[in-house]
Amino acid sequence: MNPVARTVLERLGLGLITLFIVSIIIFSAIAMLPGDFAKATLGQSATSETVAAFQREIGIDRPPVERYFVWVAQMLHGDFGSSFASRTGYRRSVAEIIAPRLYNTMFLAAVTALVAVPLALGLGILAALYRNGWFDRLVNAVTLTTISFPEFFVAYMLAYLVISRDTFIGSDFAQSLPHWLAASLGWALNAVPKFPTLSNVNEQTPFWDHVWKVALPAITLTLVIVAHMMRMTRAAIINMLASPYIDMARLKGMSPMVIVLRHALPNAWAPIVTVVAFNLAYLIVGVVVVEVVFVYPGIGQLMVDAVKSRDVPVVQACALIFAATYILLNLIADIISIATNPRLLHPR
Amino acid sequence: MTSFEPIAAIQRLRRSRATRAKTALKKAPFSAWFGIVVIVGYVFVAVLAHWIAPYGETQVFSEAFAPWSQEFKLGTDQLGRDMLTRLIYGARNTIAIAVATTLLSFAVGVSLGLLAALHRGWLDQILSRAVDVLMSIPSLIFALVLLSIFGSSITSLIVIIALLDSTRVFRLSRAVGLNVAVMEYVEVARLRGEGARWIIAKEILPNVMPPLVAEFGLRFCFVFLTIAALSFLGVGIQPPTADWGSMVRENATLITYGDVTPLLPAGAIALLTVSVNFVVDWFLHATSGLRDEK
Repeated sequence: MNPVARTVLERLGLGLITLFIVSIIIFSAIAMLPGDFAKATLGQSATSETVAAFQREIGIDRPPVERYFVWVAQMLHGDFGSSFASRTGYRRSVAEIIAPRLYNTMFLAAVTALVAVPLALGLGILAALYRNGWFDRLVNAVTLTTISFPEFFVAYMLAYLVISRDTFIGSDFAQSLPHWLAASLGWALNAVPKFPTLSNVNEQTPFWDHVWKVALPAITLTLVIVAHMMRMTRAAIINMLASPYIDMARLKGMSPMVIVLRHALPNAWAPIVTVVAFNLAYLIVGVVVVEVVFVYPGIGQLMVDAVKSRDVPVVQACALIFAATYILLNLIADIISIATNPRLLHPR
Repeated sequence: MTSFEPIAAIQRLRRSRATRAKTALKKAPFSAWFGIVVIVGYVFVAVLAHWIAPYGETQVFSEAFAPWSQEFKLGTDQLGRDMLTRLIYGARNTIAIAVATTLLSFAVGVSLGLLAALHRGWLDQILSRAVDVLMSIPSLIFALVLLSIFGSSITSLIVIIALLDSTRVFRLSRAVGLNVAVMEYVEVARLRGEGARWIIAKEILPNVMPPLVAEFGLRFCFVFLTIAALSFLGVGIQPPTADWGSMVRENATLITYGDVTPLLPAGAIALLTVSVNFVVDWFLHATSGLRDEK
C-alpha cells in the first residue's frame, strides 16, 4: 500500500478511537450526577412517582453500557435526546434547540476564518520579508499584546470604541482635554464604522445583514487568533530562509519576494497548516466567551446557559459537537502536514 | 542553574546565589523590570487588601451604578458596592485561587510526569494515553461539562481546572524528566537502592527546575485566564465573592453609556498576564541561554 495512504488511514483510525473514548467520557457525565439530582431539578414538591418517572425518562434506571449504546445510536440518527427543560406533553428535543444555533456558530467561525487566515499568512510573510524592520516590530508588539489579553477584554474594548463614537464628545473626559485634541479625537472616532454591539440575529436575518451583525465578534476572534498564526508563519519562513538552497536562490539573484513565495513557503506549509488548524480549533473555545459578550445566539452561549441550569443532555450534546470539531480539525492538520511533507513519513 | 555545579577547586570563586540573582536582575531588560514591578504591586495589594480597601468587600450603599466621585473613587457596581474596594478584594480572591490551582496542578502533573519518566513501561503508557485523551477535549469545554455536574463551588473550580491543566504539566515534566532519568547519577542512586520518591526529589527535580519554573508562570497565566473566563460566563467564582471576571460581566451594561469602569477589572487581568509573560520571557532567556532568531 502507498505509505502516504497508510499513514493517513492510521491517523483516521486513531482519531476515531479518540472520538469514541471522548464520547464515553462525556456520556459518563450523566452517570456521575449526584443521586438527588432528579429531586433538585423537579423541585422539593416532587412526589417519589414523578422522581421515578423522571429517572426512567433520562434512562438512569437501566445499565450504563446499554444506555451508552442507545445514546450513541440515537445520536447517529440525529436524535440528541430531550432537554431537562421539557415537561410532560411538551418535549424539547436537544437537536431542535441546537440546530439553528449550530448554524450561527459555524457562520461566525467561517467569517472569522475567512478574514483571519489570509490576514495572518499575509502579515507573517511580510514580517518575515522585512524582519527586524519597523513593520516587523510593530506587528510583533501588537500581536504579543493581543495574545495575552482575555477575549472578553478585547471584545469590550471594541464595543467601547464603537460606542464612544457617539458618546465621546459629550463625556467629561473630552471636556477636560484641550479643545483641538478633543475635536480631532472625536473626528478620528467618527471613522469607526457603527458596528452593532449586540449581534441579535434569527432565521429571518438576510445573509449580508448577518455578516454585518457578526462584525464585532468576528473582529474580536480575529485579533485573538491572528497573533499566534502570524508568529508561527513568520518563524517557519525565517527558519526556512536559513537553509542552503535559499542561499543558492539568493546567489542566483532572485528577488526576496520570489524567494519567500516560491522557495520558502512551499516547504513551510506543514508547520503553518498545523498552527492554522490549531487556532481554528481554538476558535471553539473563544467562541463561547465572545458569543456571551455580544449576546449572539450560538452554541457556546447555549452551552453556558445549560451549564448554569444544569441541563445535562444539552451540555453533553454541545460538548460532543465541540470535541468532535476539535478532534476533526487536528486530524485534518495532521493529514495535510503528512501530505505536504513526505519527510514526516519517516519519524526518527 | 544547578546543572552547572562547578568543581570543588573553583568553588570559592563561585558567587553566592544572592549576588548572582542581583547581577542577573541588573542585566534584565525594561520589559522584565516592568513585569516584576507590576507583579510585586499586585501581590502587595492582594495581601494587604483588608487594610487598603476603603470599604468592606460586600458592603452595600444606597446608590447602584454611582459615577466616580470623592466618596466612591471608581463609582459603585450594580448592587451599590464600591468598585475600588471590589477591585482590591478581587485581586486577593482571583490571584489566590489561580495560585492555588496552579500549585495543585503542578503537584499532580510534576509528580506523575517524573514518575512516568523514571518508571517508563506500563505506568508511562497508561498515564500518557490518558493525558492524550484528556487533551483532545478543549479544556474550557471540559471544565464546563464538569462544572455542570459538580456545581460551581470554589473547591470544585480549583480541583477541576487543576486536574485539566495538570495534563500539560505532565507532558512537559515527563519530557524533561526523560532526559535526566537516563543519567548515570540516577542509575547510581537506583543501584544504591534509593526509593522512587527520593530519586525524584533529590536527583531529578533539581535538574529540571528552570523549565518547570518558566512553565509555572505560563500555566499561571493560562489558569488565571480560564478562571476569569469561567467567572465572566457566570459559572466560575460565585457572588458575593469579589472577582474580576464576574465584575466585568455584572457591570457590562455601563459600557453602553460610554463608561470605562467595567473595563478596569478586565484591564487588571490583562496587565497581570502581560507582566507575567514578560518576566517568564526574560527568565527563559536568562536560564537557557537561548536567543530565538530575530
